[in-house]
Amino acid sequence: MAVSFRLRVDMIACDGRGLCADLLPERIRLDDWGYPMIDPTSVSGPVLEHARRAVAACPVLALKLDAIKGS
Amino acid sequence: MIAHELPSSPARSTGPALPRLLSAFDEQSGGATRLITHRRTYPPPPAPRRHPAESYIAAIEKAGLRGRGGAGFPTGRKLRSVSEGQGRRVVVVNGSEGEPASGKDQLLLTRAPHLILDGALLAATAIGGREVFVGVERGKVDALRAIHHAIAERVHAREPMVPVRVVELPARYLSGEESALVHLINGGEAKPTLTPPRPYQRGVGGGPTLIDNVETLCHLAQIVQWGPVWFRDQGTVDEPGTMLLTLSGAVGRRGVCEIPIGMSLATILASSRPKAGGISAVLLGGYYGTWLSAADARVATMDNATLRRMGSGLGCGAIIALPSGACGLSETARVLTWLAGQTAGQCGPCVHGLAAIAGGMRDLAAGTASLRTLESLHRWGDQVEGRGACSFPDGAVRLLRSALKVFDNDVAHHVSHGPCVAAAHPPVLPIPAVEVASWR
Ligand SMILES: Cc1cc2nc3c(=O)[nH]c(=O)nc-3n(C[C@H](O)[C@H](O)[C@H](O)COP(=O)(O)O)c2cc1C
Ligand code: SF4
Ligand code: SF4
Repeated sequence: MAVSFRLRVDMIACDGRGLCADLLPERIRLDDWGYPMIDPTSVSGPVLEHARRAVAACPVLALKLDAIKGS
Repeated sequence: MIAHELPSSPARSTGPALPRLLSAFDEQSGGATRLITHRRTYPPPPAPRRHPAESYIAAIEKAGLRGRGGAGFPTGRKLRSVSEGQGRRVVVVNGSEGEPASGKDQLLLTRAPHLILDGALLAATAIGGREVFVGVERGKVDALRAIHHAIAERVHAREPMVPVRVVELPARYLSGEESALVHLINGGEAKPTLTPPRPYQRGVGGGPTLIDNVETLCHLAQIVQWGPVWFRDQGTVDEPGTMLLTLSGAVGRRGVCEIPIGMSLATILASSRPKAGGISAVLLGGYYGTWLSAADARVATMDNATLRRMGSGLGCGAIIALPSGACGLSETARVLTWLAGQTAGQCGPCVHGLAAIAGGMRDLAAGTASLRTLESLHRWGDQVEGRGACSFPDGAVRLLRSALKVFDNDVAHHVSHGPCVAAAHPPVLPIPAVEVASWR
């Protein structure tokens, strides 16, 4: 069983300065107020590395990468 | 798991036909039904035990009871999940009723507190629960007095029971959201928390927590008393039983009534003496609900299977009839403005999005909106939906979308010609006075 990942944001913690969208434009766009809108499709391959970097860069640990079971 | 038997010889072999819940009211006194009166019909719940009672859970599953707090989730399934959780299990009775157009929970609290307490204690028996919390808004003094008095009557009668604690909730729309309720009981503010974990997994004190609406627990008590087969005599196969409605707006007979689920909305409206001018639309499910056009209202039946096909739903059972001559857009703008002010202020899209939506709707109502405003409203709806930590903003978006759809002719008129005469109609939908309530 292969493991893939999905991005999720803790909207209560997020400060909406949009750093993650700069680092991961492949998966994150900003809404009209600057809060991240996350593409719900799973993350793998080279994008996964960028995603990990964005997660690590979030100043309030609001961006999370969850392992999802796949086949 | 230890099997308990349901009470073997119910006080009566079959329960009331209709009304069911309202039959627990004491018509003579007009006040709260006293314990001795209540006990003539309902036996005391069994003494507390620590292990779940499979037969109770099975009975509720078989009855097909669904939650009456708005979401319509199967109560039996929730009982089972909580009963399977590890830790100190508790029951929370949700008597918040922050919905301005709903009055049924408050009515149950003031008139049938013992039916609610029976339901809560029987639910505790079902899950092996160790404590019961009853959440009621701080300002609802009659409800608070009735429930405190009912608990005291049981203590005085030495009925065996787990500890029952009344929790006073801040008068806010969000107080009834389940994670906010748990957070408050745990000593925090009545604001939603990040889920998962959901309360049924980890709630009060970190233990599995069953949260049910006041009305749901009253049905649960009656199912234990009269059985699932009796329960299914009313309602539809998928949504059995009766439900309470709160009617208001352009009808002569306002207030709470009890119907079998699946009843025709037209029949309900006709028997509640609609005002002479007629009804132009119906708001179903209160401010967390949706508008139904007059045409849909003529053919709708009050069950989620039918209403969902019309983009609507039962919600908490609040029905507001909009009089012809009132402006649905102005009404919706007022409600959305109030809702925007009820945000817990934690999530950007909820705070900024609802404020933007309310502003756009006010412009539309005032006739100052352009086609671009209209486009923005649709975009903001898409951007806000599903993006809060809780589903509060989703309700506002649903209300917005239903208004733009049901009042589409008015939308076009307001954008091209400015407001119609109806915009000057006196307000119909009730907006609570906004006090600076604390979050605790
Ligand atoms: C914003 C918001 C407000 C809510 N307010 C109430 C409320 O006042 N009363 C209530 O019973 N449920 C309310 N709910 C639903 C509860 O979260 C929960 O689903 C319900 O109490 C479960 O009980 P039930 O299964 O018996 O319906 C609210 C939900 C949301 C998202
Ligand atoms: S970097 Fe973190 S805090 Fe900043 S917008 Fe992205 S998720 Fe929110
Ligand atoms: S979505 Fe709104 S109401 Fe819900 S937690 Fe976030 S800010 Fe609070």
